[in-house]
Amino acid sequence: MRKVKLHDIAHARAGDKGNTSNVSVWVYDPGDYPLVKAQLTADRVKQAFPNLVKGPVRRYEMDQLHGLNFVMEDALEGGVNTSLGLDSHGKSWSFLLLELDVEVPENRGPAAAT
Amino acid sequence: MLRIGCGAGFSSDRLGPAIDLAEKGRLDYLVFETCAERTLAFAHRDRKLDPKRGYNPQLRARMRGVLKACKRNGTRIVTNMGVANVPEAARVVIEVARELGLKGLKVAAVMGDEVTDLLGPDTKLFDHHDKRIAEIGLPYTSANAYLGLDAILPALESGADVIITGRVADPSLFLAPIAHKYGWRNDDWQALGRGTLVGHLMECGMQITGGYYADPGRKDVPRLADCGYPIAEVTADGGCVITKLADAGGMVTSRTVKEQLLYEVHDPARYLTPDVTADFSKVELAEDGRDRVRVGKAGGARRPDTLKVTVGFDGGFLAEAGVSYAGPNATARAKLAADILSERLGREVGIGGAGTAIRIDQIGLNALHATAHGPRQAAEDVRIRVAMRTADRAACETMLWEVESLLCCGPAGGGGYRGQITPSVVTHSALLERERVTPRVEVLVA
Repeated sequence: MRKVKLHDIAHARAGDKGNTSNVSVWVYDPGDYPLVKAQLTADRVKQAFPNLVKGPVRRYEMDQLHGLNFVMEDALEGGVNTSLGLDSHGKSWSFLLLELDVEVPENRGPAAAT
Repeated sequence: MLRIGCGAGFSSDRLGPAIDLAEKGRLDYLVFETCAERTLAFAHRDRKLDPKRGYNPQLRARMRGVLKACKRNGTRIVTNMGVANVPEAARVVIEVARELGLKGLKVAAVMGDEVTDLLGPDTKLFDHHDKRIAEIGLPYTSANAYLGLDAILPALESGADVIITGRVADPSLFLAPIAHKYGWRNDDWQALGRGTLVGHLMECGMQITGGYYADPGRKDVPRLADCGYPIAEVTADGGCVITKLADAGGMVTSRTVKEQLLYEVHDPARYLTPDVTADFSKVELAEDGRDRVRVGKAGGARRPDTLKVTVGFDGGFLAEAGVSYAGPNATARAKLAADILSERLGREVGIGGAGTAIRIDQIGLNALHATAHGPRQAAEDVRIRVAMRTADRAACETMLWEVESLLCCGPAGGGGYRGQITPSVVTHSALLERERVTPRVEVLVA
């Protein structure tokens, strides 16, 4: 197994409603979906950002489209009209998730040299 | 078949590609979606400053751009550009129609979303641990209920060329023309779920044709600078193909559609709108030629009994100020500037004091992800940014002055000071029984 960034094998989009952020994560290659589904759990996401994600994280699975939807409550520093952050929508939260590591078998993942 | 285009997915969205759609899209409907929690809050602020404002600031430009072509091509316009001032927005459309010589053009104004008088100090805010309005500690300024299909249908039935609304659920702007065209009942949950998916996919404009998507080397988008807005071809069963003008930049692929499918969606099996509890959990996509994606298998169940309401509070002022450091040792110089500001602002305006929220970022070292990650080690181009929200305007001015003063009395090589103070509105969400809200339509003729 080797470590790659989730960004190497998946794409993602972030959205906001009030103080709740959701990030949907989609693998490029359906063959990577089982390992991402196994490793990128709601707990993993919750534990990765303890200072940012203050509320519970729920995960919804879209198996037929090879995607996962993470709903993170109390994760936008108050939400778009309250946060003092530059990115008060949390538009860039998609790239927080894509920065996480995933373990892939040697024969999977990006062709880039490791 | 019904052809619906989207000519704006948010308040400040681009105009040119919307004109292209009006001219060349062979559309039955052109929808402009420009209302969000943030823009609604701004619109209330604008209307407070001037009762003749509070609608979308680009309304006049957009109407000047598309009205003639739409009238010529038999394309009806549906838009929530009325935002917080629908009557005034309708008058502006009439004015533009007259200016363009479009005598007889009919505008239907959909009102009744403003429910400020229906809420009170005891109303619970479900997005804020059920705190009551009175507990927020800020002056309560406005409340708008998300209207839906039932509010827009009478406007479509009036035969109006332009239907202008305030706060309606974004997908309803698209669902209403589809339900109107195909005569769907307002309790045909399966059909309404499918039409709501069409609306949900379309409502953010270019977010489905390559916008908010490109990641060079991973997700390349052709001619993003000339990205086109989307078109939905909708059939009587509510199925659709998402596409775009052939000569426009951007692209429609199953990947662009997937990302938009769950944009701002929580439980995909229960997407709540005023019209239906839509089910996107089993949606299937199929590429059907270049820049064409067929979407199917959405479902629906009974609509909620309550309407969501965006509740606005006077948030005082948002003040932002910044100064930059670059070159060797920029990180340490920026850090010194931040330390000086923490010390002096603590003394001057009371960081962490009651009613004042303040934050200092180091742009370049990690600003957007600062809370998640903390600062990175070093950079050679760092901007100190101070942001503050308070009802005390004088404190904002003091903060700006303190940041600017660093040019002469702060670390070496500090430059590029900018500062601004803007009125701020804070929003939360409540629920209101549907029966208490009474939508109404008024028709004006140019």
